Amino acid sequence: MTAEQTAHATGAFTEDPEAAEYTAYGSDWSSIAEEAARLAQQRIVVNMGPQHPSTHGVLRVMLEIEGETVTEARAGIGYLHTGIEKNMEFRTWTQGVTFCTRMDYVASMFQEAVYCLGIEKLLGITDDVPERASVLRVLMMELTRIGSHLVAIGTGGNEMGATTIMTTAFIAREDTFRIIEMITGLRTNNAYIRPGGVSQDTPEGAVDAIRAMIPKVRQRLDEMADLQLKNPIFIGRLQGIAHLNLAGCMALGITGPILRSTGLPYDVRKAEPYCGYETYDFQVPTSTDSDAFSRVVLRMEECYESLKIIAQCADRLEASEGQPVMVADKKIAWPAQLALGPDGQGNSLDHIREIMGTSMEALIHHFKLVTEGFKVPAGQVYQTVESPKGLLGVHLVSDGGTKPWRAHFRDPGFNNLQALSILCEGGQIADVVVAIASIDFVLGGVDR
Amino acid sequence: MSDDLTPATPDMGDRTPVTLINVREGMFGAGGDTSGYAGLVRTIEMPGASERPYGEWFDGVVDVLEELLGDDADDAIESVVVDRGELTLYVNRDHLLAVARHLRDDQDLRFEICLGVSGVHYPADEGRELHAVFPMQSITHNRRLRVEVALSEDDARLPSLTSIYPANNWHERETWDFFGIIFDGHPSLARIEMPDDWVGHPQRKDYPLGGIPVEYKGAEIPSPDTRRQYR
Repeated sequence: MTAEQTAHATGAFTEDPEAAEYTAYGSDWSSIAEEAARLAQQRIVVNMGPQHPSTHGVLRVMLEIEGETVTEARAGIGYLHTGIEKNMEFRTWTQGVTFCTRMDYVASMFQEAVYCLGIEKLLGITDDVPERASVLRVLMMELTRIGSHLVAIGTGGNEMGATTIMTTAFIAREDTFRIIEMITGLRTNNAYIRPGGVSQDTPEGAVDAIRAMIPKVRQRLDEMADLQLKNPIFIGRLQGIAHLNLAGCMALGITGPILRSTGLPYDVRKAEPYCGYETYDFQVPTSTDSDAFSRVVLRMEECYESLKIIAQCADRLEASEGQPVMVADKKIAWPAQLALGPDGQGNSLDHIREIMGTSMEALIHHFKLVTEGFKVPAGQVYQTVESPKGLLGVHLVSDGGTKPWRAHFRDPGFNNLQALSILCEGGQIADVVVAIASIDFVLGGVDR
Repeated sequence: MSDDLTPATPDMGDRTPVTLINVREGMFGAGGDTSGYAGLVRTIEMPGASERPYGEWFDGVVDVLEELLGDDADDAIESVVVDRGELTLYVNRDHLLAVARHLRDDQDLRFEICLGVSGVHYPADEGRELHAVFPMQSITHNRRLRVEVALSEDDARLPSLTSIYPANNWHERETWDFFGIIFDGHPSLARIEMPDDWVGHPQRKDYPLGGIPVEYKGAEIPSPDTRRQYR
C-alpha cells in the first residue's frame, strides 16, 4: 500500500490557513489571552501534550474550547508505541515475560500474570501450578494493585496542586516496593512470574517483612483518606465531575473502578477466579455516584481490601514454607533456584557445581531450555485478569513452536481512554485534568 | 531433547482442520539450516471443528444463535471449535453484524462487552490469511466466547462492529494499523499507534522486525529476526 492510499487522521480542526496559532510554554498566558481577545476569537483549539505533566506519559489531548468550556476533546496516542507485541513473536515464551511486564509499567505484575496464565492454559498445566506459586502471584498482584492505585490517587492529587497527597502516596508505594524488591530482586519490571510458577522462592524473613509492611501502608492510606475525603477543595474539584453512567460504561467497554463506580460489582477476581482468588476473603467495593470522587474512594477502599488479601497471603506463605514454586515438569521449569549473592546478582552455586562438575547432560538441558525454550502446542487462548485499571486480557496464539505466533494484550487503559471525550465535553477545561486522572491509564500500556 | 519428534499439534482425532497456522521447513527458521533436515516439511494446524455435543454451556449458546439466525445459520457460522475449554465461532463476514447483534441483544446470549479485536496473520493459509478475532464477554451469564472472521489478504474487509459495540472504535483502528484489515463503516478508520503517514502494516508476518547487528565482546550478534531460530 502506498502512502497516498493510507487512511489519515481525521484532519486538522480548521481548514482555514489564516487561523491564528499561539504556542504556550507554561509561563504567563495573559499575553496570549489578550491577543486572542484582540482578534475577537471565542473558539480556541488547545493542544495539551504530548508532554504535559498531567497526561501520565505522552498523551496528546486536542481540546476545542469556548471560553472555559470544552466543546470537543480528542485523545491522540501512539507516542509511546514500542512494538512489544511484535517483539514477543521473536522471543521464547519465557522471554516474553520481560517484554510484557514493560507495557503498563505501573502495574507490571498483571501483564506477567495474565500472560503466564495464558501460556499455562495453552500448555494445559493450569492445575499443575503449585499452590505456593499461586499465593506468591496473588501477593505480587495485590502489592502492585496498591502501588498502582496509589500512583493514580497521588498523581491525581498532585495535578490539582496537592503535592502532599502525592508524597504520601509515594511513601506508601515505596513500602510495597520494598517487599517486591526483597522477593523478586527488582522494584518494577520484575519478570518474576514465569510460565509454570514464579522465578524464585521467598528469601528468609519475607513473611515477617510483609506483616510489618501492612500497618505502615494502612497508616499512610488513613492519612491520605484524612487529607482528601473531607477536604472541601478536593470534594469541590471531584464531586460530580467526569460523570459516566452504567449504560455509557457498557457501550464503551469500560471496566475496573470506573465501571464499579456506577454500581456494577464486576471484578474478574470474583467473576472468573484465577490463581485461587476464590479462596481469599475480600470485598468488591462499589459506589453509585459515577463520578471522579467516587472513583478515588473506590481505589482507596480497594487498597484496604488488597491489604486484607496480603495478610492472608502471608499466613499461607508461612504454612507452605518449603513447598515448590514452579511446576514439577523439568521441560518447562528452569533447573535452578537462584539465591541473591553478595554481588547483588542471582546465582546458584550448587547448580553450577553440578552442571560444570558432574553432569554434562544437566548442562545441555539447561542450555537448551534457556536458549531454545519449550514448545507450546498449537492453538489459541484468551485469558483475563483484573488489573487495577480494569479487565486486562491477552490473546495468545501458538504455532506449536517455542515462540508466540501472536500475543495481543487488551490493555484496559487503551480501551478506557476512549471515554475521555464523553468525560470532558461540556465541562470546564480545568476538569480535563481531573477526568484524565480518574480514568487512570498508563501510556506504556495504552501504546504497547 | 527427545520431544523434538513429538507432534507440535495436539491429537485432533478426525476433526477437520480450520486454520493452517504455518508450514515449517527444516529444523530451524531464519539464518540457514545446517542440521541436514532442510527437506523436512511440517504443516501446523489449529485444532479443528468440533462435533456436538460441545459441552458446558456451549451447545445452548450455539443453539440459540442458530435459531435466531434462522435460514442464514449455516452460511453465517462456518464452524464451531471447542478447544482448551474455550468456544470459537468462525463467522462469515457477511453475517458478522447479525451475529454480533444477536450476541449482544438476546437475553439468553447477552454478550454485553466486546473486548476489542485482535488481528492474526497466517500467511500460509491461502485465501484466509488474515483473521480478526473478537472476544465477547457476557457479564450477565459470566461467559466468554470468541468470534473469528477469516479474510483473504487481497480482500481484507469486514463490517465494523462500532455500531453495535462502540468500544471497538480504537481496537479496530489498531487492527487496521497493524494488519491492514479494513473495517467498513468505521467512523474514522485512521492509524492509531503508528504515525499517520506510515507505510505498511507492522504486525504482518512479512513485515520485518528490523534491528541491527550488535557487536558484543568481539562477536557480532545478529538482530533477533535474522538469528537462527528453533521454530
